[in-house]
Amino acid sequence: MSAPEHTSYRPEATMPLRVEFVRQLRRRRTLIAYLLVIALPIMVSLAVKFGSNSGSGRRLGGGSADLVGLATAGAANFAVTMFFFASSFLLLVIVALFCGDTVASEASWSSLRYLLAAPIPRRRLLKQKLIVGLVLSLGAIATLPIASFIIGLIAFGSGPLESPLGATFTFTEGLWRITAIGLYIFVSLLFAAGIAFLMSVLTDAPLGAVGAAVVLVIVSNILNAIEALGSLREWLPTHYSQAWLDLLATDVVWSSMARGAAYSVVACALCVAYAVYRFDRKDVVS
Amino acid sequence: MRSGAVRAATAALLVAPTLLLAACSSGSSAEDLRLPGGPTSAESATPVDLDATVYAPGGVPRPAVILAHGFGGSKADLDERARELSGRGYVVLAYSARGFGTSTGLISMNSPEFEVADASAIIDYLATRDDVLLDGAGDPRVGVAGGSYGGALALLLAGYDGRVDAVASDITWNDLQTSLFGQSGNVDAGEPGVFKSLWTGNFFGVGVVNRDGTVTECGRFTPAWCAAYTDAAARGIVTPASSELMRASSPGSVTDRITAPTLISAGESDSLFPLAQANANAQQIMAADPGTPVKVVWHGGGHDGGINESERLDGLAADWFDTHLAGTGSSTTAFELTDTSGSISVQSSGTAPVVLQAPAYPGIFGDRTAPLTLMGPAQRVLAPAGGLPALITSVPGLGGAVGSFIQRPAPGQSAYFQTEPLVEPLTMVGASTVTISVSGAGAEPVEDVTLFASLRIVGPNGRETLPAGLVAPIRLALLGAEPQQVRIELPAVVATAGVGDSLRLVVSTTDFAYRLPLEPRLYDISLADGELAVPLVDAQPVSTGIAPYWWLVGAAVIVALLALLLVRLRPRHGGVAADSVDEPLVISSLTKRYNDDYLAVDDLSFTVGRGMVLGLLGPNGAGKTTTMRMVMGLIMPTSGQIHAFGEAVYAGAPVLSRIGALVEGPGFLPHLTGRQNLDLYWRAAGRSHDDPCLDEVLEIADLGSAIDKKVRTYSQGMRQRLGIAQAMLGKPDLLMLDEPTNGLDPPQIKAMRDVLHRYVESGRTVIISSHMLSEVEQTCTDVVVMHRGRLVGAGSVADLLGDTAGKRLEDVFLEIVGDDLTVGLS
Repeated sequence: MSAPEHTSYRPEATMPLRVEFVRQLRRRRTLIAYLLVIALPIMVSLAVKFGSNSGSGRRLGGGSADLVGLATAGAANFAVTMFFFASSFLLLVIVALFCGDTVASEASWSSLRYLLAAPIPRRRLLKQKLIVGLVLSLGAIATLPIASFIIGLIAFGSGPLESPLGATFTFTEGLWRITAIGLYIFVSLLFAAGIAFLMSVLTDAPLGAVGAAVVLVIVSNILNAIEALGSLREWLPTHYSQAWLDLLATDVVWSSMARGAAYSVVACALCVAYAVYRFDRKDVVS
Repeated sequence: MRSGAVRAATAALLVAPTLLLAACSSGSSAEDLRLPGGPTSAESATPVDLDATVYAPGGVPRPAVILAHGFGGSKADLDERARELSGRGYVVLAYSARGFGTSTGLISMNSPEFEVADASAIIDYLATRDDVLLDGAGDPRVGVAGGSYGGALALLLAGYDGRVDAVASDITWNDLQTSLFGQSGNVDAGEPGVFKSLWTGNFFGVGVVNRDGTVTECGRFTPAWCAAYTDAAARGIVTPASSELMRASSPGSVTDRITAPTLISAGESDSLFPLAQANANAQQIMAADPGTPVKVVWHGGGHDGGINESERLDGLAADWFDTHLAGTGSSTTAFELTDTSGSISVQSSGTAPVVLQAPAYPGIFGDRTAPLTLMGPAQRVLAPAGGLPALITSVPGLGGAVGSFIQRPAPGQSAYFQTEPLVEPLTMVGASTVTISVSGAGAEPVEDVTLFASLRIVGPNGRETLPAGLVAPIRLALLGAEPQQVRIELPAVVATAGVGDSLRLVVSTTDFAYRLPLEPRLYDISLADGELAVPLVDAQPVSTGIAPYWWLVGAAVIVALLALLLVRLRPRHGGVAADSVDEPLVISSLTKRYNDDYLAVDDLSFTVGRGMVLGLLGPNGAGKTTTMRMVMGLIMPTSGQIHAFGEAVYAGAPVLSRIGALVEGPGFLPHLTGRQNLDLYWRAAGRSHDDPCLDEVLEIADLGSAIDKKVRTYSQGMRQRLGIAQAMLGKPDLLMLDEPTNGLDPPQIKAMRDVLHRYVESGRTVIISSHMLSEVEQTCTDVVVMHRGRLVGAGSVADLLGDTAGKRLEDVFLEIVGDDLTVGLS
């Protein structure tokens, strides 16, 4: 046999998204992340149904006119309440996991050097990995309301979406509100995704990357809770992370969400840009 | 409980920065003074002695601000606010009103002859100070601010003393009589209302202890006011003298003279001085001269508590003074209101306040009204003997803590009228109006008919809320069997009813906070026409200044710029060295210096020819692995070039697709099988049209059925063989193996040697590094020896061994490397 002078190598054919999806989807932590997202509404609904602490009315919280109190009003409200419970921590950790673990775990398995020597161009590797990380994140964020809606339907029936502000939405109106809430939560978590992705490139320890992102977001949340900082807090990337609550008003006020989305996207872009810059020039010694 | 704790924590956090600010404004000094006020009494012209503090920022002459305190307080309450205003550049004078603090004199409820005269004397004093800006001789540039008792003083002073240049008045009255004797029925008729016995009693109680600690019937009140209170509280009557006293102490008597720019704020949670009082002040000033700047603020606080917005209100007042005293501010909106449940709290997910703005003040009846229809039959209600049990809607003096639970009226004491459930949400801003028809049910006409009307929001589940806990008191002097029409102005509120909610009008005969008739009587109550006019206002949330989409446009621009920057920052690479197209690998002057200054590879040059099996030899730290990583494009050389098949090698260079490698151990995804790993690696390699030669490499890997087990279960040798198989996928033209025999047993080593010999037969090239020199001797055609990053020997194995029979590569190697080999062979 004779050595081929040229190969059919094409840079744009390296690391197809399908391949990276298979590589990530077969991982146990992907499965666990999705199971957690499904388990949360199941556990909450069981706690409400069979919990003994609420003598009357089987309600969460004080049964007052807040979002949590309305959780049992129907499937749609249950889904929105699960967003309220999960968006500040569970979904944050999951997004940080999908985006922070992706490059660092390849480094820790020593497989990164073989992918780069294949060669998968460095920027393409980052691009494909970020896309897959973000799609898996979006999938988890979408799974939460879908699972919650189905569980809520079984447990609490199909009441219309009610807002603590007194509004009641039709089914289609409620559907777009919940979709918009999910999308906004995804956008607001892009900041965490960006930090996690940057850390993933800077470090070879997968859990270090995820942990660093979660810690940074939590520090930002703590700073945001310190009222003494006044209007300085408006510049924190997580200041508007709960602005999706505005979507529960009859007339949606977009200003907070626009600001929150802008910060999150810019912070994410800065992190990703720096990650690319560093990865371009990195000596891969892992 | 929880909300209390939250509020306390919030308050603590709110106070912290203001203290900080106060500490920072060290430039201003506070000076305690005793100032002469107006005459002590009608009989004694001796001026009262007022206790004051001046907070002077120093420097050039500046505008002044007089701060007046609330009923029962003293100048000490104003310290924090005074320091803040002083820090903003005002000479601030805070003083205790006569009868309060250590000021002498008797309380005369802001009488023009006494308290207002005191304040005019203070303006006289300010005009004498060098550090106060003057508009003319004896006329300082001065504003006056206060809340409640102090708020009324501010308005009265502006009415009586033309030198006042700006007013900020909070939660105060327009007419003391209609405030203390509430009348919401047929307001225009001007009939006396229902005595707010609890509120008035609370206030009078504050002043009964004299300054020396003794208790007297009238305490620190003037005899005239003491008599007026006793008449009202003990006998339930308002004498013409009392009426005249209250009129003189009411801003409403002078609002037509006020021309100074006036900021009027009022609390939505205020059963003592409800929004209607502030509304009257504002509308009277605007009616007298539409050119007078007036701004109205409805905030979430008030005498019943509500939510604390004092920080925002102090800021609004300071902005007002900046605009109208200092000329530096820009206070423009005419109306701001707080929707206390207009947004959702991030912390609790419950409702949270939101501030709305409108360019013009619409008054308490709104820009327009939503006409709703109340329904319900005529109902007979009982006013119980002794006025008990009484409905509790607010508890004056306790901060109206009743808001969270609504007590149901005792049966038979209330009439109910309700709307259909709403089909769209409704935010009422102001006072709704409705007309009812009332008649006495007994044979005899009754005097002193007392009723309380309230508008509640009833949810689809029956949950009832009473906005701000406010009720409208109604008093009819005389009522017979003939029905009387009563037009009710319900309390002005800001409240939202959602879809499915109904509005419910409740007309009751009792309320705990008011003086009630003691004789029992029955009334018949029905709707006159059922029309309920609900006020609506076009107000917008305070915007962040720019339209929402500009944030997104800005973000998109930044992202685009970053993308452009990244394109510019793409690392650049050398071109093709055409003269060496045939050589699988040409390394020239290759140097790698790590950041910590460690020189790993030093000016290395060698060439690997086609068909060679090259052995790369050297002790630990010789730079072999660094060299191989540079050939794979993983490490950037500090200087020098690498060319493979005539093409430059760099990170991601296409020519790398012709090189297969195993360096420093294999790397696999542990959760996948060996076969999946190879399959996915090949599919990721971008050579979709080449044959991976999977069967051949699997044979080399020799894993048997273990190829379909997860890699995490493999032994080191199995991984090593799988690693070699991966390097050989697609039969690369240059195969580079680092320690390929690691973890292999002798038969496998033998097999590997055969595989490599066969591999180069087809014109391919192999580079191996190994510490087993005998193995290299048997496998390799050529060797390159490195030591401390430098090339120390190169050539064919045959040349190196020379003619000397029995000489081993090991001896040659040790000769080349020399005596300073201390680490041993790797």
